[in-house]
Amino acid sequence: MSTPSVNNQRSRARAPKLIFETGSPGRSAFSWPAEEGKLEKHIPSALLRNDIANFPELGELEVLRHFTRLSQRNFAIESQFYPLGSCTMKYNPKINEIVARLPGFAEAHPLAPPELLQGALTLLHELELMLAEISGMEHVSLQPSAGAQGELTGLMLIRACLVDRGDPRKKVIVPDTAHGTNPASSALCGYDVVQISSNERGVIDAATVEKAMDETVAAVMITNPNTLGLFETNIEAIAEIVHARGGMIYLDGANLNALMGIAKPGPMGVDVLHLNLHKTFSTPHGGGGPGAGPVAVTRTLSEFLPVPRIIKHGDRFELQENCPKSVGRVRAFFGNFGILVRAYSYITALGGDGLEDASRMALLNANYIRKKLARSYHLAYDEPCMHECIFTDRLQQRSGVSTLDIAKRLLDYGHHPPTIYFPLVVSGALMIEPTETETPETLDDFIDAMLTIAAEAKEDPELVKDAPYATPVRRLDEAKAARKPVLRWESSSRADNSED
Amino acid sequence: MRYTPHTSADREQMLRAIGIDSIEALYQHVPATLRQQSKINLPEAVSEFAVRQRLAGLASHNATPADWSLFLGGGIYHHFIPSAVDAIISRAEFATSYTPYQPEVSQGTLQALFEYQTLICQLTEMEVSNAALYDGASAAAEAVLMSRRIQSSTRRRVLISRALHPHYRAVVATYLRNLPHVELEEIPFAATGATDTEELARRIGDQAICVVLGYPNFFGVIDDLSSAKAVCSKAGAHLISVTTEPLSLAVLKAPGEFGVDIAVGEGQSLGVPMSLGGPAFGFFACHKKFVRSMPGRLVGETVDCEGRRGFVLTLATREQHIRREKATSNICTSQTLCTLAATVFMSLLGKSGLRSLAEANVLRAHDAFARLQKAAKLEAVFSGPFFNEVVLRAPDIERLFAQCAEHKIVPGIRLKDYYPELSDSFLMTVTEMNQREEIERLVHTVGQ
Repeated sequence: MSTPSVNNQRSRARAPKLIFETGSPGRSAFSWPAEEGKLEKHIPSALLRNDIANFPELGELEVLRHFTRLSQRNFAIESQFYPLGSCTMKYNPKINEIVARLPGFAEAHPLAPPELLQGALTLLHELELMLAEISGMEHVSLQPSAGAQGELTGLMLIRACLVDRGDPRKKVIVPDTAHGTNPASSALCGYDVVQISSNERGVIDAATVEKAMDETVAAVMITNPNTLGLFETNIEAIAEIVHARGGMIYLDGANLNALMGIAKPGPMGVDVLHLNLHKTFSTPHGGGGPGAGPVAVTRTLSEFLPVPRIIKHGDRFELQENCPKSVGRVRAFFGNFGILVRAYSYITALGGDGLEDASRMALLNANYIRKKLARSYHLAYDEPCMHECIFTDRLQQRSGVSTLDIAKRLLDYGHHPPTIYFPLVVSGALMIEPTETETPETLDDFIDAMLTIAAEAKEDPELVKDAPYATPVRRLDEAKAARKPVLRWESSSRADNSED
Repeated sequence: MRYTPHTSADREQMLRAIGIDSIEALYQHVPATLRQQSKINLPEAVSEFAVRQRLAGLASHNATPADWSLFLGGGIYHHFIPSAVDAIISRAEFATSYTPYQPEVSQGTLQALFEYQTLICQLTEMEVSNAALYDGASAAAEAVLMSRRIQSSTRRRVLISRALHPHYRAVVATYLRNLPHVELEEIPFAATGATDTEELARRIGDQAICVVLGYPNFFGVIDDLSSAKAVCSKAGAHLISVTTEPLSLAVLKAPGEFGVDIAVGEGQSLGVPMSLGGPAFGFFACHKKFVRSMPGRLVGETVDCEGRRGFVLTLATREQHIRREKATSNICTSQTLCTLAATVFMSLLGKSGLRSLAEANVLRAHDAFARLQKAAKLEAVFSGPFFNEVVLRAPDIERLFAQCAEHKIVPGIRLKDYYPELSDSFLMTVTEMNQREEIERLVHTVGQ
């Protein structure tokens, strides 16, 4: 375990300047042979600008050193355990990075004629089939750029299908444990959101859905396993109730990493789901994207999928833009192709059995942590979990130590904290998702840190409440940032930090 | 290939610690009906070497600029990317971190995003930029949605230029389709290839939410933001500019100089590979007074408890994880690593480099166009000034494309599927990466 005193050395290192505070006028890390001719000959000078004021002027090593030093101020999967719940921070295999950079993929132009893109279209078609098989659904669109856009697309599909039947309906039912994107996507799709509560065991009762369900409800959005890490055991009964009243089941597939080879969404009665390739299928999170959020649907919904569709004719692939019932385009071109290549690489490497093994080991790791911490931290639901487990700060609150304090203290021990204060239904939630790619030794190291913090919370609560000490910066004044937002650097002569 | 490190001894020891004797015990509460149908029928695992072989095989079936002369743009551009860009974004500290929810250990990502926001503000001359959205098309849609949130609810019309990228128009239509009280109308283009601002003035009325224009537009033409702004100001409508080729902003007057209200676009040109059109990122900048209505993440400057400068995600009360159905957008995961690539790219090229690269595009494209005019009698369809792409009319376009294909040349994007009235025309793009010999071959082939 790293010790705070060692890291303290780093914290005293001078913070990097902003790129705008370095460099020198006239410096550049780039040269390109000058072309003959004058700009003004081709473009009227009234349309031309002189200069980009205050733009950087640095040499190549300066730029590299700047960003390398910035990188050293990040925690990341390859340097730290990163059990961020609901985010599935598993190892991102290096081979994926190599293949995504092959010139045949990285330098493919989306508007080249399809006959020049047969390799890419083959890959997209095969990935659609793989994801359909893994989720137990009929058809897949790879277009959505991330999970939230997948949700929006999925709800649009439901709406388009219901419109086609004569009535788009008015409401979407969302459980209180859902990700915030669920209600936000519903609103963007023109639906009112009705929230329902999970029961005392953390799952949704069929009776609750029965009560809320009527002919104005378009869909029920379910996350399975839910954000409490629990399998929604009533999902088949819920699907039956919803289908009987003409509604549909939307599955938030953010937690698919718990299900591969254990239960498929299709047989649960799901009509549409999105998959987060940057979670379950190992593509790197990149500090907040890019991800990819393909949607998988039943046969009924497939005619509404976004364009373009990839169609196989003999051994050639073509693009179909003209689909009269399609919801249209949700983004330009083909989705986040470079991410799709990585997911294809991952699924190919693991095979069906490897995916099943991944889910099983994810469950094993999560339950190992659950068991080992259960005597020192309060478990929100004391039963076996799927891929993540939820603790609370109830025991630590006795000495005034909160979930936020525990999270910050973990930083001193060199671990990224779990997701905190989510789901909202659990007060002071600590949502731990270790993923399958961690060794038991790493889990033990994390568990030791958590146990040490539990002891510190009892014996020296102030120590925990003032953490972290060993990080490049300590607790930041977020209220100040929001009160008077400074969202860009400005040269001192033009400084104006006030908001209009 | 598997990435799970567990030995059988590990498994045994962990099961014992949990107090169960098989992993199946962990999911015995999953209904049996579901467990019975859970088998994944996919081929068996293969070695890393086999993965590489298979993917390399697929990649070899795509045309690349190495073996084909591609004069393609239309929203995705082949530009030079300095080696240092990939070196930085390949660093695991950036690539394998996530959304900076814990700012104390995410200062690298947060500071880079703060620098990105600043660079976009400088490039567009707008007051604030967010930390990016998915792509240019969804950024255009989010701009319209933001404008709708800000404007009085009695305003219902969104006017969109027919010269805006067709995919972007389609995405805006998709995003608006299910929302009440909003109508989408197209504004035609003039003989210059720019949006017909006289027609715009006739049609705008007093109930328009916003006007959306490409800058430069899909035809490569530098649209007339000055006239458009005058029309919008009079009508109380927001002007939204959409830039699919941001390199052009290194030489063109910035949207902010024209008083544009929201400037959005696609960032791919700034250091991100074409990659079949994604992933890259959508940039989004606007007036400071709109900041609390903006979609997406924002990074702000603050201090830590010891007074050191630091950066945090801020104004999160706009976002879905707090506001849920009342959020300004549903976006969560964005495209951070691509914005980092753009930040490094812009830092490397800097003030003079970005300009010289943009100039090279203008000059090379115009040189190629002049030669084609002379040798092959190809005429420009539009008279307006252009940056690095131009619409050309070919009397026998089928033959021209077939001839070019024989010489492994794609002279441009055919417009027939997007604009039936331009079925004999194509959009030719020339960047600094199109070598002189390629242009010679194009001129020679077309001139035959």
